[in-house]
Amino acid sequence: MSASGDVPIADALAIENLDVVYRVRGRDRTVLKRLNLRIGRGQSYGLVGESGSGKSTAALTAVRYLPRNGRVTGGRILVDGRDLMKLSQAKLRLLRTQSVSMVYQDPGRALNPSLRIGRQMSEVFEAALGLAHADALLRAADMLAKVQIPNPARVMANFPHELSGGMQQRVVIAMALSTNPTLLILDEPTTGLDATVEAEVLDLIARLRVDLSASILFISHSLPVIARMCDRIGVLYAGELVEEGPASMVLKDPRHPYTAALLRCAPRQGRRKQDGRLTTIPGFPPSPGAMVDCCIFADRCVLAAALCRQRTPPPVDLYGRSSRCHYTELVADIPHSEANVQPAATGPTRLDRPVLRARQLSKTYQVGGKNLRAVHDVTLDLWPGETLGLVGESGSGKSSIAKLLLGLVSPDAGSSIELDGVALPARALQRSQAQLKALQIVFQNPGSALNPSHSVRRLIGRGLARAGLRATEREEALQALARAVRLSSQHLEEKPRALSGGLKQRVAIARAFAGGPKVVVCDEPTSALDVSVQAAILNLLVDLQAEQHVSYIFISHDLRVVYYLSDRIAVLYLGRLMEIGSAAGVFSGPNHPYTEALLSAHSSAGDGARPRIRLEGEIPSAADLPAGCVFQTRCPRKIGLICEQEEPELMEVEEGHSIRCHIPFEELRSLQLKDSAGRNVPDPNTAANLRLEEPPLGLS
Amino acid sequence: MSGVDIARPRSLRSTRLRAAGRSATLLIGLAILGFWIVCALFGNRITPMDPYADDLLATLDPPSFVHWFGTDQLGRDIFSRVIIGARDILTVAPLATLLGTVLGTALGLVVGYYRGTVDDIASRVIEAVQALPLVIVALVALAAVGTSNLTVVIVIGFVFTPLIARTVRSAVQIESSLDYVAAAHLRGERTLSIMFVEILPNVLPLVLVEATVRFGYAIFFVASLSFIGFGIQPPSADWGIAISENYSLIGSYWWTVVFDALATTSLVIGVNLVADGIQSSLQA
Amino acid sequence: MILRFLAKRLALSLITLWILSLIVFLGGQLLPGDVGRAVLGPLADARAVAHFNHEMGVDRPLIVQYGSWITHSLQGDFGLSYTYRTPVAPFIADALVNSLKLAAMAFILVVPLGLLGGVWAALRVGTWTDRAIALLGQSLGVVPEFISSIVLILIFGVWLRWLPMSADWPDDSGPITQIYYLLLPSLPLVLIFFGYIARIARAGTIEALDADYTRTAVLKGLPWSIVLRRHVLRNALLPAITVIASLIGYLAGGLVIIETMFHYRGIGSLIYTAAKAKDFPMLEAAVLAVGAIYAIASLGADLLNALLNPRLRTGEAA
Repeated sequence: MSASGDVPIADALAIENLDVVYRVRGRDRTVLKRLNLRIGRGQSYGLVGESGSGKSTAALTAVRYLPRNGRVTGGRILVDGRDLMKLSQAKLRLLRTQSVSMVYQDPGRALNPSLRIGRQMSEVFEAALGLAHADALLRAADMLAKVQIPNPARVMANFPHELSGGMQQRVVIAMALSTNPTLLILDEPTTGLDATVEAEVLDLIARLRVDLSASILFISHSLPVIARMCDRIGVLYAGELVEEGPASMVLKDPRHPYTAALLRCAPRQGRRKQDGRLTTIPGFPPSPGAMVDCCIFADRCVLAAALCRQRTPPPVDLYGRSSRCHYTELVADIPHSEANVQPAATGPTRLDRPVLRARQLSKTYQVGGKNLRAVHDVTLDLWPGETLGLVGESGSGKSSIAKLLLGLVSPDAGSSIELDGVALPARALQRSQAQLKALQIVFQNPGSALNPSHSVRRLIGRGLARAGLRATEREEALQALARAVRLSSQHLEEKPRALSGGLKQRVAIARAFAGGPKVVVCDEPTSALDVSVQAAILNLLVDLQAEQHVSYIFISHDLRVVYYLSDRIAVLYLGRLMEIGSAAGVFSGPNHPYTEALLSAHSSAGDGARPRIRLEGEIPSAADLPAGCVFQTRCPRKIGLICEQEEPELMEVEEGHSIRCHIPFEELRSLQLKDSAGRNVPDPNTAANLRLEEPPLGLS
Repeated sequence: MSGVDIARPRSLRSTRLRAAGRSATLLIGLAILGFWIVCALFGNRITPMDPYADDLLATLDPPSFVHWFGTDQLGRDIFSRVIIGARDILTVAPLATLLGTVLGTALGLVVGYYRGTVDDIASRVIEAVQALPLVIVALVALAAVGTSNLTVVIVIGFVFTPLIARTVRSAVQIESSLDYVAAAHLRGERTLSIMFVEILPNVLPLVLVEATVRFGYAIFFVASLSFIGFGIQPPSADWGIAISENYSLIGSYWWTVVFDALATTSLVIGVNLVADGIQSSLQA
Repeated sequence: MILRFLAKRLALSLITLWILSLIVFLGGQLLPGDVGRAVLGPLADARAVAHFNHEMGVDRPLIVQYGSWITHSLQGDFGLSYTYRTPVAPFIADALVNSLKLAAMAFILVVPLGLLGGVWAALRVGTWTDRAIALLGQSLGVVPEFISSIVLILIFGVWLRWLPMSADWPDDSGPITQIYYLLLPSLPLVLIFFGYIARIARAGTIEALDADYTRTAVLKGLPWSIVLRRHVLRNALLPAITVIASLIGYLAGGLVIIETMFHYRGIGSLIYTAAKAKDFPMLEAAVLAVGAIYAIASLGADLLNALLNPRLRTGEAA
């Protein structure tokens, strides 16, 4: 596969010793350093890295579309064998029409808001390929059909904002593939999409790859997604490619300590908090532009030795793969930190009564004269020391429930919330100081949850002051709290903007715990954070729960994280509780068809071995709910008229496990068993299978 | 050709250029403003002649070594009058700005925080006031209550109030939707404390920018109103008055108008450079 | 969808106008206290003042006065001028027509110029050209009209003698002559609005250039001219519509000064003379007319926006 001038077929993409800098406030910051990668024809290459690793810069450089302040300071980029930086504007345009296309995050912004889809699709064929308008429209419709858009003619008459996120991304993909490019660059194409939609889009990309024979550069922060989609993987850390090689080898047997840690710090499938703590990566990535004459990972590495701090490790060639580490042979033996530590987690206690009870919780908004039912008749109990996970796609009402419990919005009449058996006033304004202290929240985005004008000391201390402590006690409590969330006393004097996302979230957690809460609502507390930071926050939450016997309501779209943390799980769809039960019960099934679909979407992003059911259609609007069961429009197990006419009750099917479905529990069991048995034959759509069908290009 | 590619080769130079330009505008603006403030404060010690003294033997003299900027219809030294002319406008305009900023910020905080009916009513009133050009609102009000420096301050201050309130209101609305305000509610903070301790510090930079921009407009309006006789009143040596008294003479005696016009122009541009500089330094 | 949006927008405009009428009424009738005294002056005979007040109806209770004023106004009867003792309405109508001519002249000149300048600067963002256009626009925008008028009169009227220094054209002038006379008075407005329009156009263009959809268009391999026309400018210039409409409001303020300076009988000089003479019925009617023009302009801008912006046209009425 060594591609140089004399090989007849050039690599789809070859990046050689690429250096890219951004100029920020008059100084150059290195974003990519000596980047080397090669994508052969038909190959799918995954570039994985956390935020700030430079992965998106790599993508933009590969199409020569850096932001105004960015520039290439060294190296070459060859697309289809042509040196990108040396092309004239006309040749560059030709290359973009013929050889390379790109799909990126946030399809809503990638489409022109004021042009119809048809116009945006057809102009590719007209302007780029010189077709007549009528022909171009036909080709556009063809292309939309190829990305499985059910009604291309209708979609072509639509404006982007009239389509759902998944639909928009299909259109962008169709547009990118219109010119049948040799290289397709996908930059976080499914980030921000719901899990079920993400699964569909990934399936689609995998299928199109076979049909269209494009090489793929797939960029993502998610190892499971990369693992599913790619033959070869490169791991980017602080602008350097620290490890690369065939996907299976890198994922199973990493040879760089960073890759190893990254693989371990996300909760693996089926792992629970009782099984032990998660591996974390200590410290922070170096700030961009900090040039170091040593291993960039040395500060955070468990293997780091004197040599690592003196010399930059060269890429070590390991038979078709490489790693920038002085001690590649030791990586496999890095002890699992989780094995050494006693599991911190304790279980819930079901002695007396639930700490929090919500009865018939409903919230209806008036939007444009219509009733929008964000939450409908949700009843929940939360026991002391328990974690209740709330899962569901966007619009399922997870966050609305959090706001209702906290009293940030007022519920519809008939709803009731009790704390320790005492009815809570609906609004936070009417609650007593003690009630407020007892019920706290950790928000999703620590950036907006912390007042930027106040110091950390003040942010945490204010909560203590409201808790009625005197000055000396307060200082002690403050220090203790800071220690508990692993903040140094130096951090206390900082303003939030000086802190990283992980540290900010620690401050937010400290604030929530300042008054000694009984219940803390965690609303996607790690979804804005990198995976390595997420582990530390999850560990912290588990530790605090064990120490203080606090209860959590944990909201997340990441099922593995929810499963790791939760004792019980509630599944929501369009504001309704579809299923609730013990974490094990809900996950192992038999479960509600919607839960089944969620689980299947999730696992498809991982190992691809689980049975799959696919959701059809789009989530209905909460202002215009379907009759009967709200899930019937998308349900793969719909049994007939009854689903369309009658809304099923939430029924207890086994002890502590309730499901809202017309299908009897035993029947669900046999249906789901049968399917998982039937699907054990590899699905032709899964990546695992694709990988077998193709020659292992990276190794030859 | 792609826009990004056009810009790239120049990016290095241009970013540095912009950074320099930013501080340069602020410095130049401050220098101009500072100069006129000095004139306003110490004008009577700087002026070479008595700015109010008539000299009927030297009326409408062109610029010379004795009268650098010439003399006006009454033979008064224009150079001295231009220097002393900064005094009234630099009293009235800042006070009007201050009044409008304080009232507008308070109103914007309340309206932005409470939303609902309060917001609806206030927004309508703000929009109604906005429907009229400031000069006209000021004309009506000043025609009704009579013109003096104090009434000009009050009228411009009141006219600015809804405009500043509108800007503050939208910023406050954005801030109140942020989670830190919810967190303050959950801590049991009082409404006043949320408004003034939590939200206000985060909109202050915006208030500062708004105030400097408004200050520029205040000078614009005071000058314009004085010019049409509804602002600062004679016998002040105010530039607007001087221009209005003499502009029928520009055909033959250009100096009676040009220097006052230059002074006004330099002051409005100076203040705007300051506003621009503050704005970009806060955005950076 | 769009109809409901417009109905709502229209209702809001009417409410705004109503509040405006209240404000204007209060300004014109309440603040002056004794109207007759204010109009006739401190030396006037007390009986004459009382007679004047009775004749003009300002000795009735405020509510009654407002009620009769507003109902008459709605029928186009704005009362009698204190100065001329004749109905106000014809003055207003004549003045509006004249002012619209001047305003149209200014807009025809400044809108294309401002948009062009803004887009041009945006395409060279960060360069000296950009900086110069931005600085020029900004500086011109803050110089009061009376100053720029004087400078322009000095240059074109006094020194070069190209243009007449007064807008008061001879009685039987045709359109061409009128345009010739309007050129100089419209220039100060052009100078002051150039910066506003250019700034909005520049900001919108830069935003559109940096937008993801422009990246999509470039990476599709479209020719730069199509990217610019179809993707960048279409989205960039939408916000400019609203700004241009709101300038119509500011315009009237500038007219007060410019029309006075150029001896032009428009709504601005009418307001000025009415304010000088404390002719409140005239003043109120003229100010209300300006407010109505503004309301119509911003309604028109919203309508245009709704027609051009698919999100408003087909989507959720926000």
